[in-house]
Amino acid sequence: MHRYLPHTEQDIEQMLQACHAKALDDLYCDVPAELRLKRDYDLPAEMSEKEVRDFFASLRDDCRTLTCFGGAGFYDHYSPAVISAITSRSEFLTAYTPYQPEISQGTLQYIFEYQSMMTALTGLDVSNASMYDGATATAEAMMMCVAAARKKNRVLISATVNPIVADVCRTYARYHKIALEVIPEKDGVTSRAEFEEMMQAGDVAGVIVAAPNYYGIVEDYAGYADLCHSKKALLVMNCPASALAAVRTPGEWGADIAVGDAQSLGMPLNYGGPYLGYMCTTKALIRKMPGRIVGATKDRDGKRVFVLTLQAREQHIRREKATSNICSNQGLMALYATVYLSLMGPEGLKQVNALSIDGAHYLAGQLESTGKMSLQYPDKPFAYEFLMRLSDGITADRVIDACLAQGIFAGVKVADDMLLIACTEMQTKADMDKYASIVNSL
Amino acid sequence: MNRDLYGKLIFELSHQGRRGFSLPRNEFPAYEIPAGLRRETPLGLPQVDEPTVVRHYTNSSNNNFGVDTGFYPLGSCTMKYNPKINDEMAADPVMSRLHPLQPQSTTQGALKAYYTLQQMLSEIGGMAEFTLNPFAGAHGELTGLMTIHAYHDSREDWARTKVIVPDSAHGTNPASAAVCGYEIVEVKSMADGTVDVADLKSKLGPDIAAMMMTNPNTVGMFEKNIPEIAKAVHDCGALMYYDGANLNPMLGVARPGDMGFDVMHINLHKTFSTPHGGGGPGSGPVGVRAGLEQFLPNPRVVKNADGTYSAICDDSALGRISSWIGNFAVDLRALSYILSLGAENLKMVGPLSTLNANYIMHALRDLYLLPIEGPCKHEFVFDGLADKSTGVTTLNVAKRLLDFGFHAPTIYFPLLFHESLMIEPTETESRETLDAFIAAMRQIAKEAAETPDLVKDAPHNTPISHPDDTEAALHPVVTWAELN
Amino acid sequence: MTKYLSSHEYARVEGNIAYVGISPYAAAQLGNVVYVDMPEVGDDVEAGEDFGAIESVKAASDLYAPVSGAVIEINEALIDNPRLVNEDPLANWIIKVEMTNPAELDELLDEEAYASVCH
Repeated sequence: MHRYLPHTEQDIEQMLQACHAKALDDLYCDVPAELRLKRDYDLPAEMSEKEVRDFFASLRDDCRTLTCFGGAGFYDHYSPAVISAITSRSEFLTAYTPYQPEISQGTLQYIFEYQSMMTALTGLDVSNASMYDGATATAEAMMMCVAAARKKNRVLISATVNPIVADVCRTYARYHKIALEVIPEKDGVTSRAEFEEMMQAGDVAGVIVAAPNYYGIVEDYAGYADLCHSKKALLVMNCPASALAAVRTPGEWGADIAVGDAQSLGMPLNYGGPYLGYMCTTKALIRKMPGRIVGATKDRDGKRVFVLTLQAREQHIRREKATSNICSNQGLMALYATVYLSLMGPEGLKQVNALSIDGAHYLAGQLESTGKMSLQYPDKPFAYEFLMRLSDGITADRVIDACLAQGIFAGVKVADDMLLIACTEMQTKADMDKYASIVNSL
Repeated sequence: MNRDLYGKLIFELSHQGRRGFSLPRNEFPAYEIPAGLRRETPLGLPQVDEPTVVRHYTNSSNNNFGVDTGFYPLGSCTMKYNPKINDEMAADPVMSRLHPLQPQSTTQGALKAYYTLQQMLSEIGGMAEFTLNPFAGAHGELTGLMTIHAYHDSREDWARTKVIVPDSAHGTNPASAAVCGYEIVEVKSMADGTVDVADLKSKLGPDIAAMMMTNPNTVGMFEKNIPEIAKAVHDCGALMYYDGANLNPMLGVARPGDMGFDVMHINLHKTFSTPHGGGGPGSGPVGVRAGLEQFLPNPRVVKNADGTYSAICDDSALGRISSWIGNFAVDLRALSYILSLGAENLKMVGPLSTLNANYIMHALRDLYLLPIEGPCKHEFVFDGLADKSTGVTTLNVAKRLLDFGFHAPTIYFPLLFHESLMIEPTETESRETLDAFIAAMRQIAKEAAETPDLVKDAPHNTPISHPDDTEAALHPVVTWAELN
Repeated sequence: MTKYLSSHEYARVEGNIAYVGISPYAAAQLGNVVYVDMPEVGDDVEAGEDFGAIESVKAASDLYAPVSGAVIEINEALIDNPRLVNEDPLANWIIKVEMTNPAELDELLDEEAYASVCH
């Protein structure tokens, strides 16, 4: 038998006897013959471990790592070596959801630490145990606004929110029967006048904005929370987790819900996942928040211990009345974020942001000095990402192709003449100078 | 472990000025975000050195129980062995560094991996195409239902506002249908745990969008009336949805597509051995029969005529349900698993998982109440101890099992029985392990009769015992800041 | 006069005012109540529609209004001590409703009819 399957011929024979069966097929006597698969799967034959390795090597050979100036919600940060050493410990890796707290304190404790760290980052009171990714977490926040408001189903989303995130929200809204409307943008930021106008009717359950926004701009949301609250709407802010060490936080703006992707906390890009959606809210809304939550309590000996709590809200008990259908979290990725934040601390995260933000401003300057591109919104403050408009005759594709030839991912094409460029601590000054010189040569 | 040194929260190990990070020197001129737009609140993260971080989490991991620690017979969760080669393949030094939006000419290998796995799952499920974009089983259910919704929408069939769910279904089924905007119609189970076809037929009509089923169902019985059910559902214009949570015993035996299902999801973290990670990340690919492919979510990965691969977005799709193409690194693990087993071993997975379950069932049915007769599939349900006079509950039995070094089965699910104890051993457990588990279960039944308080007061040998759940829910303390 | 919904809410009527809570049977079924989600004073409730939720460690249920009207008071003692519902569910009502359509009371179950629902 295969190395994953412990059964010997003798085991099978004796076990079948214990089950009063003669053959394995007897155990499937209730499966109608016409439904039985009467052939082998049309799949490759067993590969040895070496052959599996060779197959993956062939896939790898058809891929190329690049010096990455692409962002748009996915950021190329450094992953400290400690993290994979911890996350690959099989006590963490091969555990299920911590339903038995007596033998799951490892998982429960790191989730409690994770929740504590995310509330520190966002400036809000409580956090869930994490969600799939930033886009689905934002969609969940949208549904939470509608559930909390009870009889309202209109939600506003700023045009400056990442379009992928907005797309996912739109999908959920369509099927969940939420009227999701876009607040237009003006000069790269949310149009305050139109926001105020759209709020007038008082039928809005929630408002979703981003910080920094899709173009990397740090918007001024003064007054947004007050207007939302005066109209009994919730303010949702979508923020990449790492940036919260640098930009004004959802808590400081007075937002009710903070959501986003925590991939920027050193998680490998992994061609799209797994990442980590986070969600934080105020204490008043804790029971409206979807997802798992870990709480502290005491055991029989008075020892501080951790348990899954407020489970009554969840799908396995509430079924169709649950706050969400989510029934897992991104456990291991929450551990990833927790170990990352433990290593970085307040100073490390500050330095990561400084490297990214200072680097982005340096690169923007170098690129502008080529005369081939210029900042689309020069008057707006940006953090680690910025939108460049290309001069006549130069297309985004041309920049991307020229850079690709030199091993650089130039950025995300937003329009034929627009390129969204991001920096992290992973790109050196030399990389940036090289990028500028390629552009200069176009 | 030394609890004073390492039994604390990471926040309690913090000292001003300690650091655990290593970053390049900043060679750039400093830029400051304008006042009013930058963070002013001090960042309350711990300050710890690297060795402290490593010891803290290593010690903490010792308070955990995983598949690599011991037997994990958690019903409906398929806690099988998680092969190590899979983890190594998923941590590929090149593919793990690919940005989702970098030119697809530089990600061909990754797209090929996706396409290859998609095709393999289609063969296993008897479907035309799979999307790997959904992040988890519940997300797959939601995506599958959205696919069904998009199908009915494309036909301008707006009257279909309801989804039928058996009363034995996983809680996610009704929850996913509700998130997708559907009303739930519950269909009854018969005494043998299978769907009451007469009750189902009375509920079918032009208002039904879909029927959600898992097969075998949550009591581990194969729904043998499935051809009749599928026909009745199709005759009323609705689609059949297969919840793949219980796919494991069907490997090598029967395919959901051949049973008449139109849309299905697979939990790669169950049937295809990817680790559960303490709750995630999982992966919940969704498959559809021919004719429904165009409704699958964006982006779709396709193979072009020239042999290259593309991730494309299309207006006919139900929309986007994830940032990019799902939990890619989890999918790589499943691919590695299928290649490692190959067609000839994959077909043994189902029968051996069923053999293991039946073996335990037969060895314990004299002491535990078996409410449903007949060969089970990969799992089965006891309705607590056979002797109800002892006052020992399913919860007590579950907690006592922890003392024997086994994880507890799923308890109080399905809701069909008061004392459900749902046991799923999986095919990767040896006969010796099963025998040891059986011995422990028999011992507990004996204790329940002779020294019931010993069982009722369990667990006795775990790192902690009897946490106060009521206090936790009454006064939730969910952060370090709240502890102080 | 006290009347019931089959979903276990009661309305104890005094004049034009209904005290709405959950029955002793429901309280016992739920077990230790850990949270009661209540509307705000001034909110309107509608007979048969949910107006809040009640939560124990193991279960959560929506609360349905037996009668329509305006919420004129909520039982604030339940905010800090939700377990009062377990101690005496009839004394510890959840909301006080000024009825707009007392005729709705005729649709509700009396003690005897309600008792037959509980088993």
